[in-house]
Amino acid sequence: MVEATVRVLRQAEISLQPWVMELIESAFDKETNPIAKSHLQFMLENLSIAGELKLPLCQDTGLPIFKVELGCDLNLDFDLRGAIIEGVIIATRDIPLRPNAVDPLTRQNSGNNIGPGMPDIILDLVDGDALQITAFPKGAGSENMSLVGMLNPADDPFDFILQSVAKRAANACPPLFLGIGIGGTFDLAARLAKQALFNMPGSSEMEMNLLRRINSLGIGPMGLGGDTTALGVKIEKASCHTASLPVAINFQCWAHRYASEVVR
Amino acid sequence: MEHRLKTPLSARDIEALHVGDVVFLSGTIFTARDKAHALLRSKGSPVELKGAALYHCGPLIGGEKVISAGPTTSGRMERYTEFILDLGVLAIIGKGGLSGQPFLGRAVYLAYPGGCGAAAAKQLKIKEVHLKDLGMAEALWEFEAADLGPMTVAIDSHGSDLYQEVRKSLQNRLRSTGR
Repeated sequence: MVEATVRVLRQAEISLQPWVMELIESAFDKETNPIAKSHLQFMLENLSIAGELKLPLCQDTGLPIFKVELGCDLNLDFDLRGAIIEGVIIATRDIPLRPNAVDPLTRQNSGNNIGPGMPDIILDLVDGDALQITAFPKGAGSENMSLVGMLNPADDPFDFILQSVAKRAANACPPLFLGIGIGGTFDLAARLAKQALFNMPGSSEMEMNLLRRINSLGIGPMGLGGDTTALGVKIEKASCHTASLPVAINFQCWAHRYASEVVR
Repeated sequence: MEHRLKTPLSARDIEALHVGDVVFLSGTIFTARDKAHALLRSKGSPVELKGAALYHCGPLIGGEKVISAGPTTSGRMERYTEFILDLGVLAIIGKGGLSGQPFLGRAVYLAYPGGCGAAAAKQLKIKEVHLKDLGMAEALWEFEAADLGPMTVAIDSHGSDLYQEVRKSLQNRLRSTGR
Protein backbone atom coordinates (compact mmCIF):
# COMPACT_ATOMS: atom_id res chain seq x y z
CA MET A 1 0.00 0.00 0.00
CA VAL A 2 2.91 2.33 0.79
CA GLU A 3 4.49 1.62 -2.59
CA ALA A 4 1.16 2.02 -4.39
CA THR A 5 0.72 5.43 -2.74
CA VAL A 6 4.14 6.55 -3.96
CA ARG A 7 3.45 5.18 -7.47
CA VAL A 8 0.09 6.91 -7.96
CA LEU A 9 1.48 10.19 -6.62
CA ARG A 10 4.50 9.97 -8.91
CA GLN A 11 2.38 9.24 -11.95
CA ALA A 12 -0.07 12.04 -11.15
CA GLU A 13 2.72 14.61 -10.65
CA ILE A 14 4.60 13.76 -13.85
CA SER A 15 2.00 13.03 -16.50
CA LEU A 16 -1.62 13.73 -17.30
CA GLN A 17 -4.19 11.12 -18.29
CA PRO A 18 -4.38 10.62 -22.09
CA TRP A 19 -7.89 12.06 -22.29
CA VAL A 20 -6.73 15.28 -20.59
CA MET A 21 -3.80 15.58 -23.02
CA GLU A 22 -6.19 15.06 -25.93
CA LEU A 23 -8.46 17.86 -24.71
CA ILE A 24 -5.49 20.27 -24.53
CA GLU A 25 -4.29 19.19 -27.98
CA SER A 26 -7.71 19.67 -29.50
CA ALA A 27 -8.05 23.09 -27.80
CA PHE A 28 -4.67 24.02 -29.30
CA ASP A 29 -5.87 22.98 -32.78
CA LYS A 30 -9.06 25.05 -32.50
CA GLU A 31 -7.75 28.16 -30.67
CA THR A 32 -7.82 31.32 -32.82
CA ASN A 33 -6.11 33.78 -30.44
CA PRO A 34 -2.33 33.70 -31.11
CA ILE A 35 -1.28 34.39 -27.48
CA ALA A 36 -3.67 31.70 -26.27
CA LYS A 37 -2.44 29.27 -28.91
CA SER A 38 1.20 29.76 -27.91
CA HIS A 39 0.30 29.19 -24.25
CA LEU A 40 -1.45 25.91 -25.09
CA GLN A 41 1.51 24.87 -27.20
CA PHE A 42 3.92 25.58 -24.33
CA MET A 43 1.72 23.59 -21.94
CA LEU A 44 2.02 20.59 -24.26
CA GLU A 45 5.78 21.14 -24.51
CA ASN A 46 5.99 21.28 -20.71
CA LEU A 47 4.18 17.94 -20.50
CA SER A 48 6.69 16.29 -22.79
CA ILE A 49 9.62 17.76 -20.81
CA ALA A 50 8.14 16.52 -17.51
CA GLY A 51 7.53 13.10 -19.05
CA GLU A 52 11.06 12.85 -20.46
CA LEU A 53 12.81 13.96 -17.27
CA LYS A 54 10.30 12.12 -15.03
CA LEU A 55 9.93 15.25 -12.90
CA PRO A 56 6.83 17.10 -11.61
CA LEU A 57 5.19 19.10 -14.38
CA CYS A 58 4.32 21.94 -11.96
CA GLN A 59 6.27 23.20 -8.96
CA ASP A 60 3.03 23.33 -6.99
CA THR A 61 2.90 19.61 -6.34
CA GLY A 62 -0.22 20.28 -4.30
CA LEU A 63 -1.69 18.97 -1.10
CA PRO A 64 -1.92 15.19 -0.82
CA ILE A 65 -5.55 14.28 -1.49
CA PHE A 66 -6.55 10.67 -2.04
CA LYS A 67 -9.72 8.86 -2.86
CA VAL A 68 -9.83 5.29 -1.58
CA GLU A 69 -12.54 3.02 -2.90
CA LEU A 70 -12.83 0.22 -0.44
CA GLY A 71 -14.61 -3.06 -1.30
CA CYS A 72 -17.11 -4.02 1.40
CA ASP A 73 -15.96 -7.67 1.32
CA LEU A 74 -12.39 -6.70 2.09
CA ASN A 75 -10.83 -7.40 5.48
CA LEU A 76 -8.35 -4.59 6.06
CA ASP A 77 -5.55 -6.09 8.12
CA PHE A 78 -3.30 -3.03 8.09
CA ASP A 79 -3.38 0.64 9.02
CA LEU A 80 -4.62 2.24 5.81
CA ARG A 81 -4.10 5.84 6.92
CA GLY A 82 -0.66 5.02 8.31
CA ALA A 83 0.39 3.43 5.01
CA ILE A 84 -0.75 6.44 2.97
CA ILE A 85 1.05 8.81 5.35
CA GLU A 86 4.25 6.79 4.95
CA GLY A 87 3.76 6.85 1.17
CA VAL A 88 3.40 10.65 1.16
CA ILE A 89 6.56 11.09 3.26
CA ILE A 90 8.56 8.84 0.91
CA ALA A 91 7.08 10.51 -2.19
CA THR A 92 7.93 13.97 -0.83
CA ARG A 93 11.55 12.92 -0.38
CA ASP A 94 12.00 10.79 -3.52
CA ILE A 95 9.96 12.27 -6.39
CA PRO A 96 10.56 14.94 -4.92
CA LEU A 97 7.49 17.00 -3.96
CA ARG A 98 7.51 20.54 -2.63
CA PRO A 99 6.62 20.60 1.08
CA ASN A 100 3.37 22.55 1.03
CA ALA A 101 1.53 21.65 4.24
CA VAL A 102 1.69 24.37 6.90
CA ASP A 103 -0.16 25.10 10.13
CA PRO A 104 -2.96 27.48 9.10
CA LEU A 105 -2.17 30.00 11.85
CA THR A 106 1.54 29.75 12.68
CA ARG A 107 2.30 28.98 8.98
CA GLN A 108 4.96 26.54 10.21
CA ASN A 109 5.79 24.03 7.43
CA SER A 110 5.88 20.36 8.49
CA GLY A 111 8.45 19.68 5.76
CA ASN A 112 6.86 16.43 4.60
CA ASN A 113 3.34 17.34 3.46
CA ILE A 114 1.88 15.66 6.55
CA GLY A 115 -0.12 17.41 9.27
CA PRO A 116 -3.48 17.43 10.99
CA GLY A 117 -6.02 16.43 8.32
CA MET A 118 -3.27 15.87 5.75
CA PRO A 119 -3.23 13.68 3.76
CA ASP A 120 -6.91 14.18 3.09
CA ILE A 121 -8.33 10.71 2.48
CA ILE A 122 -11.79 10.50 0.96
CA LEU A 123 -13.17 7.04 1.68
CA ASP A 124 -15.81 5.45 -0.56
CA LEU A 125 -17.37 2.07 0.20
CA VAL A 126 -17.99 0.02 -2.95
CA ASP A 127 -19.04 -3.54 -3.80
CA GLY A 128 -16.45 -6.28 -4.09
CA ASP A 129 -13.16 -7.09 -2.41
CA ALA A 130 -10.76 -4.67 -4.14
CA LEU A 131 -9.14 -1.48 -2.94
CA GLN A 132 -8.48 1.33 -5.40
CA ILE A 133 -6.40 4.34 -4.49
CA THR A 134 -6.47 7.56 -6.53
CA ALA A 135 -3.92 10.30 -5.93
CA PHE A 136 -5.32 13.74 -6.60
CA PRO A 137 -2.62 16.28 -5.70
CA LYS A 138 -4.32 19.68 -5.68
CA GLY A 139 -2.46 22.94 -6.23
CA ALA A 140 -3.39 26.17 -4.45
CA GLY A 141 -3.83 28.41 -7.48
CA SER A 142 -7.06 26.74 -8.50
CA GLU A 143 -8.18 25.64 -5.03
CA ASN A 144 -7.91 29.25 -3.76
CA MET A 145 -10.52 30.36 -6.30
CA SER A 146 -13.09 27.74 -5.24
CA LEU A 147 -16.23 28.76 -3.38
CA VAL A 148 -19.61 27.77 -1.97
CA GLY A 149 -22.58 30.04 -2.53
CA MET A 150 -25.72 29.69 -0.42
CA LEU A 151 -28.14 30.92 -3.07
CA ASN A 152 -31.75 31.86 -2.79
CA PRO A 153 -33.97 29.24 -4.49
CA ALA A 154 -35.16 32.04 -6.82
CA ASP A 155 -31.58 32.64 -8.02
CA ASP A 156 -30.23 31.10 -11.22
CA PRO A 157 -27.34 28.77 -10.25
CA PHE A 158 -25.85 29.00 -13.72
CA ASP A 159 -25.67 32.79 -13.57
CA PHE A 160 -23.87 32.43 -10.24
CA ILE A 161 -21.42 29.95 -11.79
CA LEU A 162 -20.75 32.18 -14.81
CA GLN A 163 -20.27 35.30 -12.68
CA SER A 164 -17.91 33.44 -10.35
CA VAL A 165 -15.88 31.99 -13.21
CA ALA A 166 -15.72 35.41 -14.89
CA LYS A 167 -14.32 36.94 -11.71
CA ARG A 168 -11.95 34.17 -10.64
CA ALA A 169 -10.78 32.19 -13.65
CA ALA A 170 -7.63 34.20 -14.46
CA ASN A 171 -5.94 33.23 -11.19
CA ALA A 172 -6.87 29.56 -11.36
CA CYS A 173 -4.60 28.61 -14.30
CA PRO A 174 -7.15 28.29 -17.09
CA PRO A 175 -8.14 26.46 -19.25
CA LEU A 176 -10.08 25.05 -16.34
CA PHE A 177 -11.87 21.96 -15.24
CA LEU A 178 -14.85 22.92 -13.10
CA GLY A 179 -16.28 20.54 -10.54
CA ILE A 180 -19.71 21.78 -9.58
CA GLY A 181 -21.90 20.68 -6.70
CA ILE A 182 -25.53 21.79 -6.73
CA GLY A 183 -27.80 21.14 -3.77
CA GLY A 184 -27.26 19.32 -0.49
CA THR A 185 -26.02 21.45 2.40
CA PHE A 186 -23.15 23.92 2.81
CA ASP A 187 -20.53 21.16 3.16
CA LEU A 188 -22.23 18.53 0.99
CA ALA A 189 -22.21 20.95 -1.95
CA ALA A 190 -18.43 21.36 -1.52
CA ARG A 191 -17.96 17.59 -1.32
CA LEU A 192 -20.06 17.12 -4.45
CA ALA A 193 -17.92 19.68 -6.26
CA LYS A 194 -14.74 17.76 -5.40
CA GLN A 195 -16.46 14.50 -6.34
CA ALA A 196 -17.36 16.11 -9.67
CA LEU A 197 -13.64 16.65 -10.35
CA PHE A 198 -13.09 12.92 -9.83
CA ASN A 199 -15.90 12.18 -12.28
CA MET A 200 -14.67 14.62 -14.94
CA PRO A 201 -15.49 15.26 -17.75
CA GLY A 202 -19.23 15.70 -17.97
CA SER A 203 -21.13 15.13 -21.20
CA SER A 204 -24.78 15.88 -20.42
CA GLU A 205 -26.58 18.61 -22.32
CA MET A 206 -26.59 20.78 -19.19
CA GLU A 207 -22.83 20.38 -18.73
CA MET A 208 -22.00 20.96 -22.38
CA ASN A 209 -24.19 24.05 -22.48
CA LEU A 210 -22.45 25.47 -19.39
CA LEU A 211 -19.05 24.68 -20.94
CA ARG A 212 -20.05 26.50 -24.12
CA ARG A 213 -21.22 29.54 -22.17
CA ILE A 214 -17.98 29.64 -20.13
CA ASN A 215 -15.89 29.45 -23.28
CA SER A 216 -17.85 32.32 -24.79
CA LEU A 217 -16.47 34.60 -22.03
CA GLY A 218 -13.14 35.02 -23.85
CA ILE A 219 -10.98 34.72 -20.71
CA GLY A 220 -8.61 32.28 -22.38
CA PRO A 221 -5.52 30.43 -21.15
CA MET A 222 -4.04 32.21 -18.09
CA GLY A 223 -6.63 35.00 -18.41
CA LEU A 224 -4.86 36.62 -21.36
CA GLY A 225 -7.82 36.21 -23.71
CA GLY A 226 -8.86 33.46 -26.10
CA ASP A 227 -11.44 30.84 -26.99
CA THR A 228 -10.30 28.26 -24.43
CA THR A 229 -11.39 29.12 -20.89
CA ALA A 230 -12.53 25.67 -19.74
CA LEU A 231 -11.85 22.15 -20.93
CA GLY A 232 -14.39 20.30 -18.84
CA VAL A 233 -17.42 20.80 -16.62
CA LYS A 234 -18.98 18.17 -14.39
CA ILE A 235 -22.08 18.72 -12.25
CA GLU A 236 -23.08 16.58 -9.28
CA LYS A 237 -26.45 17.10 -7.60
CA ALA A 238 -28.03 16.26 -4.27
CA SER A 239 -31.41 17.04 -2.77
CA CYS A 240 -31.50 20.20 -0.75
CA HIS A 241 -33.85 21.91 1.69
CA THR A 242 -36.84 23.55 0.05
CA ALA A 243 -35.53 26.91 1.35
CA SER A 244 -31.92 26.39 0.12
CA LEU A 245 -29.88 26.36 -3.04
CA PRO A 246 -26.22 25.63 -2.22
CA VAL A 247 -23.84 25.82 -5.21
CA ALA A 248 -20.15 24.92 -4.91
CA ILE A 249 -17.50 25.41 -7.55
CA ASN A 250 -14.22 23.55 -7.19
CA PHE A 251 -11.79 25.10 -9.66
CA GLN A 252 -9.16 22.87 -11.20
CA CYS A 253 -6.28 24.08 -13.36
CA TRP A 254 -5.51 22.80 -16.88
CA ALA A 255 -3.21 20.20 -15.34
CA HIS A 256 -6.00 17.94 -14.07
CA ARG A 257 -3.63 15.57 -12.25
CA TYR A 258 -4.69 12.21 -10.93
CA ALA A 259 -3.69 8.57 -11.13
CA SER A 260 -5.25 5.37 -9.77
CA GLU A 261 -4.17 1.87 -8.94
CA VAL A 262 -6.04 -1.20 -7.74
CA VAL A 263 -4.31 -2.76 -4.74
CA ARG A 264 -5.02 -6.46 -4.13
CA MET B 1 7.49 41.07 -31.53
CA GLU B 2 10.13 38.95 -29.80
CA HIS B 3 12.75 40.38 -27.41
CA ARG B 4 15.81 38.70 -25.90
CA LEU B 5 16.78 40.69 -22.80
CA LYS B 6 19.39 40.46 -20.10
CA THR B 7 19.26 41.61 -16.49
CA PRO B 8 19.85 44.13 -15.03
CA LEU B 9 17.18 45.74 -17.19
CA SER B 10 17.20 49.37 -18.26
CA ALA B 11 14.42 51.91 -18.66
CA ARG B 12 15.03 51.67 -22.43
CA ASP B 13 14.46 47.89 -22.37
CA ILE B 14 11.13 48.46 -20.65
CA GLU B 15 10.03 51.26 -22.96
CA ALA B 16 10.50 49.02 -26.00
CA LEU B 17 8.04 46.42 -24.68
CA HIS B 18 4.36 46.42 -25.63
CA VAL B 19 1.53 44.09 -24.62
CA GLY B 20 1.49 40.93 -26.68
CA ASP B 21 5.27 40.98 -27.23
CA VAL B 22 7.19 37.86 -26.28
CA VAL B 23 10.22 38.07 -23.98
CA PHE B 24 13.05 35.63 -23.27
CA LEU B 25 15.08 36.77 -20.28
CA SER B 26 18.64 35.87 -19.29
CA GLY B 27 20.80 36.79 -16.33
CA THR B 28 20.04 36.96 -12.62
CA ILE B 29 16.44 36.80 -11.53
CA PHE B 30 15.03 36.69 -8.00
CA THR B 31 12.03 34.75 -6.73
CA ALA B 32 9.74 36.08 -4.02
CA ARG B 33 6.27 35.22 -2.85
CA ASP B 34 4.06 35.87 0.18
CA LYS B 35 6.53 35.61 3.07
CA ALA B 36 9.55 37.10 1.27
CA HIS B 37 7.49 40.14 0.26
CA ALA B 38 6.38 40.71 3.85
CA LEU B 39 9.95 40.37 5.08
CA LEU B 40 11.35 42.65 2.36
CA ARG B 41 8.96 45.34 3.51
CA SER B 42 9.59 44.92 7.24
CA LYS B 43 13.34 44.31 7.19
CA GLY B 44 14.62 45.51 3.82
CA SER B 45 15.97 43.51 0.90
CA PRO B 46 19.03 41.26 1.25
CA VAL B 47 19.74 41.80 -2.46
CA GLU B 48 20.03 44.77 -4.82
CA LEU B 49 16.84 45.01 -6.86
CA LYS B 50 17.66 47.98 -9.13
CA GLY B 51 16.86 46.89 -12.69
CA ALA B 52 15.88 43.47 -11.41
CA ALA B 53 13.32 40.96 -12.59
CA LEU B 54 11.28 39.61 -9.69
CA TYR B 55 9.66 36.23 -10.26
CA HIS B 56 6.51 35.29 -8.32
CA CYS B 57 7.56 31.69 -7.88
CA GLY B 58 7.90 29.10 -5.13
CA PRO B 59 10.23 26.61 -6.78
CA LEU B 60 10.57 22.90 -6.17
CA ILE B 61 14.25 22.32 -5.45
CA GLY B 62 16.01 18.95 -5.23
CA GLY B 63 19.55 19.11 -3.84
CA GLU B 64 21.37 21.70 -5.94
CA LYS B 65 18.92 21.59 -8.80
CA VAL B 66 15.77 23.40 -9.83
CA ILE B 67 13.24 20.61 -10.37
CA SER B 68 10.13 22.63 -11.24
CA ALA B 69 9.69 26.39 -11.15
CA GLY B 70 6.63 27.83 -12.85
CA PRO B 71 4.89 31.04 -11.72
CA THR B 72 2.57 31.41 -8.73
CA THR B 73 -0.55 33.62 -8.59
CA SER B 74 0.62 37.24 -8.55
CA GLY B 75 -2.65 38.53 -7.11
CA ARG B 76 -1.62 37.45 -3.62
CA MET B 77 1.26 39.93 -3.76
CA GLU B 78 -0.88 42.76 -5.14
CA ARG B 79 -0.51 44.90 -1.99
CA TYR B 80 3.27 45.05 -2.48
CA THR B 81 3.44 46.20 -6.13
CA GLU B 82 4.21 49.88 -5.42
CA PHE B 83 6.74 48.96 -2.75
CA ILE B 84 8.52 46.46 -5.03
CA LEU B 85 8.65 48.85 -7.99
CA ASP B 86 9.99 51.58 -5.66
CA LEU B 87 12.96 49.28 -4.96
CA GLY B 88 13.86 49.53 -8.64
CA VAL B 89 12.37 46.29 -9.96
CA LEU B 90 11.61 46.79 -13.66
CA ALA B 91 9.88 43.49 -14.47
CA ILE B 92 7.56 41.39 -12.36
CA ILE B 93 7.07 37.85 -13.66
CA GLY B 94 4.07 35.79 -12.63
CA LYS B 95 0.66 34.53 -13.64
CA GLY B 96 -2.86 35.89 -13.34
CA GLY B 97 -1.81 39.53 -13.44
CA LEU B 98 -1.77 42.58 -11.15
CA SER B 99 -3.40 45.99 -11.29
CA GLY B 100 -1.88 47.79 -14.24
CA GLN B 101 -1.76 51.31 -12.81
CA PRO B 102 1.54 51.04 -10.81
CA PHE B 103 3.38 49.86 -13.95
CA LEU B 104 2.59 53.02 -15.92
CA GLY B 105 5.74 54.77 -17.08
CA ARG B 106 8.17 52.49 -15.30
CA ALA B 107 7.82 48.69 -15.42
CA VAL B 108 6.28 45.64 -17.08
CA TYR B 109 4.43 42.52 -16.00
CA LEU B 110 5.51 39.38 -17.81
CA ALA B 111 3.23 36.32 -17.86
CA TYR B 112 5.01 32.98 -17.78
CA PRO B 113 2.61 30.16 -18.75
CA GLY B 114 1.21 28.78 -15.49
CA GLY B 115 1.76 25.15 -14.62
CA CYS B 116 4.82 24.90 -16.85
CA GLY B 117 7.26 24.25 -14.01
CA ALA B 118 9.26 21.51 -15.71
CA ALA B 119 9.95 23.71 -18.75
CA ALA B 120 10.95 26.68 -16.56
CA ALA B 121 13.32 24.54 -14.48
CA LYS B 122 15.32 23.74 -17.62
CA GLN B 123 15.93 27.48 -18.05
CA LEU B 124 17.06 28.16 -14.46
CA LYS B 125 20.10 27.40 -12.31
CA ILE B 126 20.58 28.16 -8.62
CA LYS B 127 23.10 30.92 -7.85
CA GLU B 128 22.25 31.53 -4.22
CA VAL B 129 19.44 31.31 -1.72
CA HIS B 130 18.47 34.20 0.57
CA LEU B 131 15.96 34.16 3.47
CA LYS B 132 16.42 30.38 3.55
CA ASP B 133 14.62 30.06 6.90
CA LEU B 134 11.36 30.78 5.11
CA GLY B 135 11.53 27.32 3.56
CA MET B 136 11.79 26.03 0.00
CA ALA B 137 8.71 27.65 -1.49
CA GLU B 138 8.96 30.97 0.37
CA ALA B 139 12.71 31.65 0.31
CA LEU B 140 14.20 34.29 -1.98
CA TRP B 141 16.06 32.30 -4.65
CA GLU B 142 18.66 33.92 -6.84
CA PHE B 143 18.60 32.09 -10.18
CA GLU B 144 20.68 32.37 -13.32
CA ALA B 145 18.22 32.33 -16.19
CA ALA B 146 19.02 31.22 -19.73
CA ASP B 147 16.30 32.48 -22.04
CA LEU B 148 13.53 32.22 -19.47
CA GLY B 149 10.40 32.19 -21.59
CA PRO B 150 8.34 32.48 -23.65
CA MET B 151 6.85 35.21 -21.48
CA THR B 152 4.05 37.45 -22.73
CA VAL B 153 4.14 41.16 -21.97
CA ALA B 154 0.73 41.30 -20.27
CA ILE B 155 1.03 44.78 -18.71
CA ASP B 156 3.33 47.31 -20.34
CA SER B 157 4.63 50.69 -19.20
CA HIS B 158 2.48 52.54 -21.75
CA GLY B 159 -0.86 51.90 -20.02
CA SER B 160 -1.93 48.72 -21.80
CA ASP B 161 -3.07 45.68 -19.84
CA LEU B 162 -4.23 42.42 -21.44
CA TYR B 163 -6.06 41.25 -18.30
CA GLN B 164 -7.95 44.52 -18.14
CA GLU B 165 -8.95 44.17 -21.81
CA VAL B 166 -10.39 40.72 -21.03
CA ARG B 167 -12.18 42.05 -17.92
CA LYS B 168 -13.62 44.98 -19.85
CA SER B 169 -15.29 42.73 -22.42
CA LEU B 170 -16.61 40.31 -19.78
CA GLN B 171 -19.79 42.21 -18.83
CA ASN B 172 -21.02 42.31 -22.41
CA ARG B 173 -20.08 38.71 -22.96
CA LEU B 174 -21.83 37.64 -19.75
CA ARG B 175 -25.03 39.26 -20.99
CA SER B 176 -24.87 37.54 -24.36
CA THR B 177 -24.04 33.95 -23.37
CA GLY B 178 -27.69 32.91 -23.65
CA ARG B 179 -29.13 30.15 -21.52
